[in-house]
Amino acid sequence: MIAQAAGNSGMVSLVVIVCYMIMLIALGYFASRSFKGTSADYFVASRGIGPFVLLMSLFGTTMTAFAIIGSSGEAYNAGIGVYGKMVSWSGIFHSFCFFLVGIKLWRLGKQHGYMTQIQFFRDRFESNNIGLLLFPILVGLIIPYLLMGVIGGATAIEKITSGAFPEMFAATKGGLPFWAGGLMMCVVVLIYIFYGGVRGAAWANALQTSIFVVLGIVMFVAIANKLGGPAAATEQVAKYNPSYLKVSISEADHERFLAQQAAFEAGESKVQPREPEEIPPLIFLTYMFIPFSVAMFPHLFQHWLTAKSASSFKLSVVMHPLLMMLTWLPCVLIGIWATSATMPDGSLVIPIGTPQNSVLPIMIAKLVKSPVLGGLVTAGVLAAIMSSLDSQFMCLGSIFTNDIVGHYVAHDKLTDKTKVLLGRGFIVVIVAITYLLALQLRGASVFKLGVWCFTGFASLAPLVFGALYWKRISKIGAYATILTAVVVGGYLFWDASRLEGTKDPTIFGVMPVAVIFAASTVAMFVVSLMTPAPSHATLKKFFKNP
Amino acid sequence: MKYLVYLLFFALVIAHHDFWWWDQHRPFIFGTIPVGLAWHVGISLGAAFVGILGILFCWPVDDDEEEALIDAAANTPTPNQEHS
Repeated sequence: MIAQAAGNSGMVSLVVIVCYMIMLIALGYFASRSFKGTSADYFVASRGIGPFVLLMSLFGTTMTAFAIIGSSGEAYNAGIGVYGKMVSWSGIFHSFCFFLVGIKLWRLGKQHGYMTQIQFFRDRFESNNIGLLLFPILVGLIIPYLLMGVIGGATAIEKITSGAFPEMFAATKGGLPFWAGGLMMCVVVLIYIFYGGVRGAAWANALQTSIFVVLGIVMFVAIANKLGGPAAATEQVAKYNPSYLKVSISEADHERFLAQQAAFEAGESKVQPREPEEIPPLIFLTYMFIPFSVAMFPHLFQHWLTAKSASSFKLSVVMHPLLMMLTWLPCVLIGIWATSATMPDGSLVIPIGTPQNSVLPIMIAKLVKSPVLGGLVTAGVLAAIMSSLDSQFMCLGSIFTNDIVGHYVAHDKLTDKTKVLLGRGFIVVIVAITYLLALQLRGASVFKLGVWCFTGFASLAPLVFGALYWKRISKIGAYATILTAVVVGGYLFWDASRLEGTKDPTIFGVMPVAVIFAASTVAMFVVSLMTPAPSHATLKKFFKNP
Repeated sequence: MKYLVYLLFFALVIAHHDFWWWDQHRPFIFGTIPVGLAWHVGISLGAAFVGILGILFCWPVDDDEEEALIDAAANTPTPNQEHS
């Protein structure tokens, strides 16, 4: 069997992936042995998670497939500016949100026993019905995010296992079909969160995060070596596509491109140059609003509540920007090297027109040629995806159980045992729905929807900042904030969805998130000041000096 | 010191808009990283540094409060307050 597998690169990759999945199930089993049987333990790990696991959970949850495959593809498409757009902004503002939002919510969670975001908003805004408005919005924003993960992971498994079953799955060139890869991922995530709850998710995240950070570096070293070292690889880009090593482009870049294109067409050069690309300054600037989404992610809210102490956040505040750098920098460099890397015969490793998500797999396949590394990198990609999926599934289960059934149907009279049972039941249903939707929508461009999910959550961030830091925010002001974000965001999404192409949609040259964020903030201030302030009792509950 | 942390944070946000590097790719730091990318790696390191200063000088929860919260949490029920 082993000898047979060794001769079949797809099978080797599959074996690596299956071993990885078994490891995750084992981890879920160990997490379940620490389960105390209470809903507080299932949904917030008895608020006992320490600094290292909290860091890994928060980091793993915020990183998706985009962190490995997407980052290199984006850098290949747009050059080094992708790091500034995505990583350095996130480094600044994610830690900012952990500090200003996470710790405060942790404190309120400890004081008042919150398990979900909606419980907090219901109390803070003195509104029983705000949950009914927020619930469909939060679920509507998370589902495309979940789909992006399942579709991305199942596609990667199908590609990397190509050749494993040439007779059984001829239609996928022998690769494990999409339905089977997606099913495997969903079932494994389901097993470890079903039994381990949020503790299982946190432990699995710690493992998965370590895996994708380490594998990113291993992959970087392997590819750099094949390109003659990192310095030689960068010099090659400076020779053929220097515009990808900076953010803006000049007339000289256009002239160089035309001259090199002419040389290529005349057969004097085997390297076809790529058209210079730049990131407009306002886009670069207004990407700063995207990281505010972490302040409103319900699954991060849940992880914040799991922290054992406020001090547990210290490691995350410091290490999160560094881990982002460690994960993204190698991938961004590989992406820009891919614009100009050549094979021994002088042709490009990545032919012009290659879909950006295929850049990294092709670099590995053509340069490193190792099925084991291919399998490991796919495991790394799956780690990034599954470490987000588990938290999102958990959080949706928690919202359904505590906020919808527990509060609105059973009027907070559910027993602890029933809550755990319902939570598990909902998680099974959500996983099943996500899987079936992924099968239906596997060809859809969910990646774009993913960007809009971040935009949606970021646009709601003024609500959580207002709730924590502005005593005057009123119940009607909170509704106005949410409805403005939904109406303006919905309109801009509809407007942008008519556009074709991969470019960022813009409104007056800025990212839509900046416009929606500004609109919801203005609505919050104006409407709150025009409507009755919250009661003294509520202010006393949430502020030291009401 | 608290205000210095705030100032450094805003300095970091402003430094992010590094238009002075946008039209140049050399020098390559360590022979590999274009200067514009290296600058943003510096921003990531700066964010971690400001995080350390924030923890040292602006930490929002003191030790006594933290202990009291942890003790109290064990007996806090899930919220069941009704609002109109």
